[in-house]
Amino acid sequence: MTGKSSTVLIVGAASDIGRALAREYAKAGASLILAARRVERLAPDAEDLKLRHGTTVRLAECDLLDLAGHERFLDTLGEPPDIALCVVGLLGQQQAAEADAAAADLIMRSNYNAPALLLNAVAARMERRGSGHIVGISSVAGDRGRASNYVYGSAKAGFTAFLSGLRNRLAGKGVAVLTVKPGFVDTRMTEGMALPPLLTAKPIEVAQAVRRAQERGRDVLYVRPIWRVIMLVIRLLPEGLFKRMRI
Amino acid sequence: MRLAGWGNYPRIETRCLRARDSAETLAAIAANSSLIARGNGRAYGDAALNRQATLSMLPSDRVLAFDEATGRLTCQAGILLSDIIDLFLPRGWFVPVTPGTKFVTLGGMIAADVHGKNHHGAGSFGDHVESLDLALADGRVLRCSRRENPALFDATRGGMGLTGVILAATIPLIPVETAFIRQETLPADNLAATMDLFEASQGWTYSVAWIDCLAGGASLGRSLLYRGEHALRRDLRAQFSGDPLHPIAKRNHRIPIDFPAMALNRWTVRAFNEIYYRRARPGRALIDCDSFFYPLDAILEWNRIYGRAGFLQYQCVLPKPASLAGMTALLQRIAASGKGSFLAVLKLMGRQDGLLSFPLEGYTLALDFPADGQAFGLLNELDAIVADHGGRLYLAKDARGSAAMLRRGYPRLDEFRAIRHGVDPGGRFSSLQSQRLDL
Ligand SMILES: Cc1cc2nc3c(=O)[nH]c(=O)nc-3n(C[C@H](O)[C@H](O)[C@H](O)COP(=O)(O)OP(=O)(O)OC[C@H]3O[C@@H](n4cnc5c(N)ncnc54)[C@H](O)[C@@H]3O)c2cc1C
Ligand SMILES: NC(=O)c1ccc[n+]([C@@H]2O[C@H](COP(=O)([O-])OP(=O)(O)OC[C@H]3O[C@@H](n4cnc5c(N)ncnc54)[C@H](OP(=O)(O)O)[C@@H]3O)[C@@H](O)[C@H]2O)c1
Repeated sequence: MTGKSSTVLIVGAASDIGRALAREYAKAGASLILAARRVERLAPDAEDLKLRHGTTVRLAECDLLDLAGHERFLDTLGEPPDIALCVVGLLGQQQAAEADAAAADLIMRSNYNAPALLLNAVAARMERRGSGHIVGISSVAGDRGRASNYVYGSAKAGFTAFLSGLRNRLAGKGVAVLTVKPGFVDTRMTEGMALPPLLTAKPIEVAQAVRRAQERGRDVLYVRPIWRVIMLVIRLLPEGLFKRMRI
Repeated sequence: MRLAGWGNYPRIETRCLRARDSAETLAAIAANSSLIARGNGRAYGDAALNRQATLSMLPSDRVLAFDEATGRLTCQAGILLSDIIDLFLPRGWFVPVTPGTKFVTLGGMIAADVHGKNHHGAGSFGDHVESLDLALADGRVLRCSRRENPALFDATRGGMGLTGVILAATIPLIPVETAFIRQETLPADNLAATMDLFEASQGWTYSVAWIDCLAGGASLGRSLLYRGEHALRRDLRAQFSGDPLHPIAKRNHRIPIDFPAMALNRWTVRAFNEIYYRRARPGRALIDCDSFFYPLDAILEWNRIYGRAGFLQYQCVLPKPASLAGMTALLQRIAASGKGSFLAVLKLMGRQDGLLSFPLEGYTLALDFPADGQAFGLLNELDAIVADHGGRLYLAKDARGSAAMLRRGYPRLDEFRAIRHGVDPGGRFSSLQSQRLDL
């Protein structure tokens, strides 16, 4: 439903994946609401999208950690968007999070509470209207907790379960929910990491796959299909074996 | 990470940084005592490589302003030419100068002062740049144009990223009625005949010839010359009844894996040239812009055909009076080596006055060779011929030339160095190429 008229809200629009999603949806003719912290940063992007695709772009300030502000934020947007994408996330540092509860708490809230509660509020509005698409960017890291990033992974696991439940609740109510597990993506979050090229997507590739999956009303998207297989194998490993592995 | 130019030679280990906007560009400049900007890596050799830090400008790709009435366009430097064309050709605008691939950035086109098939009439890309914003080694950002900071403007167009990082630029687009080119293809039996055809085509906007550089003897320099004009609406015949600014999208092909180097021995090259020459139908045609300007772009990653060792592109230009003798000597040497090129392109250029800009009035020849031991020896011999005839090599193609050869070919090198030294006394901006050639 990305006809000329549809409005798309992107929360976390300053991220590399968010920018790519904005390009992708603007190209398809949607009008955009870009939301981020210090959103004035996005003025040049808004101008770019207008000049490239002749679309309308609104900027909206929002810090998702301000849970009490979610309803107010949505109120300022007026009519709920046709499509709401939440890209917000924080990788953080696993070792710091192991030693420092505050660091872990920030990762947990940024990847779970904040995005889940925002999308919950969006869902209520869409449910009332009887239509809408919700897209949450979660992660394969939530498919099984691993030593290297389980604080982030557990929050993403929570987010994935939340999206699954939301989808279940809204099935038959006109609101579709898409869970996205991008796999490795070449972005600011992973800058400087040595990622295997075959498993690593470009932000624009993620954006194209997301729009396709959203338009088709898909439920769960692994951007590169190989990740579905990899995570299936990882999930099937018996715990006795898995706990000794370093992957 | 491992990084190379389009020729995959040399391939080096470097730290690749990204600039999403000018703040990130300035931060990268401040944090690195040695770095070079990189566009889309279509320079063949080592121009966009620095071992300490290579700064990718690709994420700085926003359109900043466009004037629908005049066609004046301002963009950040990392925008791809393919984006500019995709966005503005359907609205009736094209770039004043385009290289033979559209997968280059605005910054890369300015830094190499690229030329197109219309150089004899339109000059180089840099001739059309109205102004640019340049981030300097000391963190200042200067607007440069023919009026503001003119010396720095001159040194930056063609300056291969050595004066600073181009953040954004303003260029005029040219109005076109259609996305098609009215093309004529003419065969020429030898080099002299090819050059006569170029002279006779001076009134055409675009001209270029593909030389069969393995043909020897009386056929030395036999070629097909293509010349073209932007088609007008009235040139379109019934078969293009659709939107004249929207040609049908074509499918791209991708070279799936690195070819074994063996695949490109002299017999396959000969066969390729033979087929190319025979198959082409002399005559007139209306073809879409992509097929006319970017035939190689239809085969994505064609550079991998040369395998892991990579390849060397050799592009020289000789002053017109020396062109027939010089090109004959070059083609004879190449034919004798049997190491012929997959592609050999000949083009007549017009006058140009830049500091490090490549074009000069005369003929330019471009060929490629697999990067093996023999090729390096052969290219040194070609260098001697080029130097003897008063010619020069193109920095955007070069991966192996010598500082002495460069200095002979570019008499204004010292002017360039003085301007560069003035804005970057510590030599913060430098590339493998600038170090090798002592630019
Ligand atoms: C198939 C093919 C056909 C070609 N045909 C032509 C042709 O017809 N005519 C022609 O002139 N050239 C041609 N070229 C060469 C190409 O146009 C140039 O090498 C061009 O510079 C590549 O642009 P890029 O964005 O990939 O830059 P890169 O290759 O990444 O960089 C090239 C140079 O530009 C500098 N640079 C890049 N961005 C910036 C910036 N923002 N600020 C400062 N410096 C910067 C780099 O430091 C480097 O010195 C061709 C290349 C290919 C692969
Ligand atoms: N890159 C990968 O390999 C990968 C893999 C799987 C999943 N993902 C997920 O993809 C999403 C996008 O990540 P990315 O790779 O594009 O990296 P990114 O640029 O770091 O994106 C994260 C974005 O979340 C925003 N954000 C964090 N906390 C916020 C808050 N409280 N309120 C508002 N915005 C907040 C950040 O905004 P600021 O700019 O204000 O900090 C940033 O724009 C994330 O959810 C990430 O977990 C990424």
